[in-house]
Amino acid sequence: MMYRYSLRGRGDLTEWRDAARAYLMAGIVPDVIEWRTMDDADGLFGFDDNNLPPPHEAHPPLSVPPSFIRLAGAVICHSDPTRFALLYRLLFRLMHGRHLLQMASDTDVVAAQRMAKAVGRDYHKMTAFVRFKELPLPAGTAGRRRFFSWFEPDHFILARVAPFFQRRFTDMDWLIATPKGSASWDGETLRTCDEPAEKPDLKDETEDLWRTYYASIFNPARLKVKMMTKEMPKKYWKNLPEATLIPDLIANAEASVIEMGKRAASEPLPFHHRIQEAAARAPVPSAPAAGTLSALKGEARHCTRCDIHCLATQTVFGDGPADARVMVVGEQPGDQEDLAGKPFVGPAGKLFNDTLAEAGIDRCSLYITNAVKHFKYVPRGKRRIHQKPNMGEIRQCRWWLMQELELVKPEVVVAMGATALFALTDMRQKLEDVRGEPMALADGRILFVTVHPAYLLRIPDEAQRMRELDRFRKDMNAVQRLVRARAPYRSGPPNAS
Amino acid sequence: MKKSLKERLAILSDAAKYDASCASSGTVRRDSSSSGGLGSTEGSGICHAYAPDGRCISLLKILLTNFCIYDCAYCVNRSSSNVERARFTPQEVIWLTLEFYRRNYIEGLFLSSGIIRSSDHTMEEMVLIARELRTTHNFTGYIHLKTIPEASAPLIEEAGLYADRLSINIELPTDKGIAKFAPEKRPDGIRQSMGKLRLKIEEMAEPTLQSKRRKKFAPAGQSTQMIVGADGTSDATILGTSARLYGSFGLKRVYYSAFSPIPDSSRNLPLIKPPLMREHRLYQADWLYRFYGFEIGEITASQPDGMLDLDLDPKLAWALGHREQFPVDVNRADKERLLRVPGFGTKTVKGVLSARRFRRLRLDDLKRLGVSLKKVQPFITCEGWTPHRLVDRPDLAAMFQPKPEQLSLL
Repeated sequence: MMYRYSLRGRGDLTEWRDAARAYLMAGIVPDVIEWRTMDDADGLFGFDDNNLPPPHEAHPPLSVPPSFIRLAGAVICHSDPTRFALLYRLLFRLMHGRHLLQMASDTDVVAAQRMAKAVGRDYHKMTAFVRFKELPLPAGTAGRRRFFSWFEPDHFILARVAPFFQRRFTDMDWLIATPKGSASWDGETLRTCDEPAEKPDLKDETEDLWRTYYASIFNPARLKVKMMTKEMPKKYWKNLPEATLIPDLIANAEASVIEMGKRAASEPLPFHHRIQEAAARAPVPSAPAAGTLSALKGEARHCTRCDIHCLATQTVFGDGPADARVMVVGEQPGDQEDLAGKPFVGPAGKLFNDTLAEAGIDRCSLYITNAVKHFKYVPRGKRRIHQKPNMGEIRQCRWWLMQELELVKPEVVVAMGATALFALTDMRQKLEDVRGEPMALADGRILFVTVHPAYLLRIPDEAQRMRELDRFRKDMNAVQRLVRARAPYRSGPPNAS
Repeated sequence: MKKSLKERLAILSDAAKYDASCASSGTVRRDSSSSGGLGSTEGSGICHAYAPDGRCISLLKILLTNFCIYDCAYCVNRSSSNVERARFTPQEVIWLTLEFYRRNYIEGLFLSSGIIRSSDHTMEEMVLIARELRTTHNFTGYIHLKTIPEASAPLIEEAGLYADRLSINIELPTDKGIAKFAPEKRPDGIRQSMGKLRLKIEEMAEPTLQSKRRKKFAPAGQSTQMIVGADGTSDATILGTSARLYGSFGLKRVYYSAFSPIPDSSRNLPLIKPPLMREHRLYQADWLYRFYGFEIGEITASQPDGMLDLDLDPKLAWALGHREQFPVDVNRADKERLLRVPGFGTKTVKGVLSARRFRRLRLDDLKRLGVSLKKVQPFITCEGWTPHRLVDRPDLAAMFQPKPEQLSLL
């Protein structure tokens, strides 16, 4: 037999869901149900003609994936009269295959997705193109400000979109009227009804300012009318206060660009010359005295001795007291150091700090620097992949490291990692062969070699990492002992910085 | 005589229109229902109008003032230009923002400014506006503040507490270009500000020890803009700069702005039609880099001069240069390979991956997924379709070239 069911069809999912549930429980196939709305042209059928199969008491409760409820909630708002049958067909088929909606190229799924998309677009355009006009309060009264809007949506989306306006315009009263119903908010209750409304005639003076803005923000040299009408179709124009300007803006665009071209480069006003003179008179900040660490740091800021500087954010120079007894040399700044402009502040720096604290060494007493002063990396999407500096780059950057050594005159130099070792000694030995044994540098300083803390972070095996961390800590203790064993004060005069 | 609010609005929005960004997306969800105030942000932005230049109008994009002590050649507001000058009071900016917002004209405010007196003085006034909107007026809409070069760190930090997005424009892709056209700007200073901002955003995003809550600091991140076509920089260099900016500073967006003739233009600059197609190709290349797994080098290798092909979109240009990698089997290829098929977008690829778990896909399936068959057919195989060495055809490129058009004069 044929079933016939009439719905109000105003975007309310429950009326369809109740009927669909009854049909489905009775196992009624989609082909034999005729879904109608009250708006259907012949209007012959009313709700009285609705025939549902007798209820099935024993039927287990029906369940559908949440994605179907979401999809149906959108599709039901579409104005296409076939939406009810389409949804029932999907529901019926879902009972035989729960993955139906994931079959993105299925004809019914595609049709439903298209309708949902159209409803989504209509919703979005309504949030965009509603224009409120203020209704002045009667003279002498105070209270919440009142606003009114007339809008013409394609689909039955008013109840769906009304909460958006409530969330957005909480502190004012508003009413949105449409040919498919109206919604209002008074600060306490959001009301919607689906009675068709009529377009009123209202004025709002602020629209004039908005039109001024619209005309001025437009750049006539970049006319792209098609792009505009694609996103703001003409059907919306009649309710947009700014749209009346569009024809003239387009018609005059070319002339205003030509006009602009003719006005090229006139003589600047006195204002400009006064600024230029003031800038020329501005005192040049005094440079720090030559031969100090600050002066050296200043020079290094503009270093272009190798190509690494091209991609780095800034030179990351050494940091610490100019009379430090210990100088620590790492490889090169990393991602965080490059941004902060300070050595050892990233993950390896944190590990280094922790180890120092455990060994009882005050980081502030150390002069900490790197063999290479710029961060070398390759950009990969949102990240930067660290690249090892090559020998040429290390040799170029040695220019700075040697001057730091000259100025700080540390008693002990700690090389962390192979790059630092190479920069200080030209040695390309395996770290393990020289690690932990104090060596004499040419100028009487002691060199102590250990691993770079970043190496410790990369050890995947937990137990091995703990062992290596422990060795690193012992290395730091050894450095501490080396310093203590030497006389606490250097013989020469202290360095100024 | 003092100019009316309307006259000043005309001047100060005209002065702001060369900034391409008008995005109001990517921030946290929040609304006024709990605060009882005004405004909401719901993830994706809303374009409330489109101008005939095809650009979205989402925010009230204005300058606080177009007086400026800098003399950047490409800028309509440079000190040597003869444009009309004006300024708003902070109260006027606040009033305009709120009244426009109440009428649903805008998503919020994008405030920039010429530099008056000093960087800090200018930045202070901008922060004041954002603070008043948030605290006095209980405004929860979108706020984008342009940070002024060289403004001090505490001001930037305060700005980040009120603004959804902060941005600073690099303007030209090379330091040489900046030195030539914007002599007062320091490119390394601009990059260092971006670096500091990234560190601050990351620091604030860490949950605090006590409350375990993340503080809100510029939740929509930072962005920048580069002008295209004011100097002779190649697309390869421009995209290389973008890659560096994305990687180094975690930028949400790099905007490309085709250089557009400005009134009272400096003699150093070309008086040309803005290179809109070039701008479009750069955006496409930028997308390939960020969402399709392409390296910049791959995208720019197709032409020897480092420029993108204006007639072919960069993905198609790459595919035509790498025919040995095609056809791609729609039913078997992994996501990375599918993303390289000209005509497949990220959504299509998602649909293909989902649908092919249930059946072998045919051309019909692709059509229903919204794919232009004409475009993809030479590059794919699927159930019932093999392109018969189509990719080897010497005239393949010509099939995609736009129809010849009569040249038009400016």
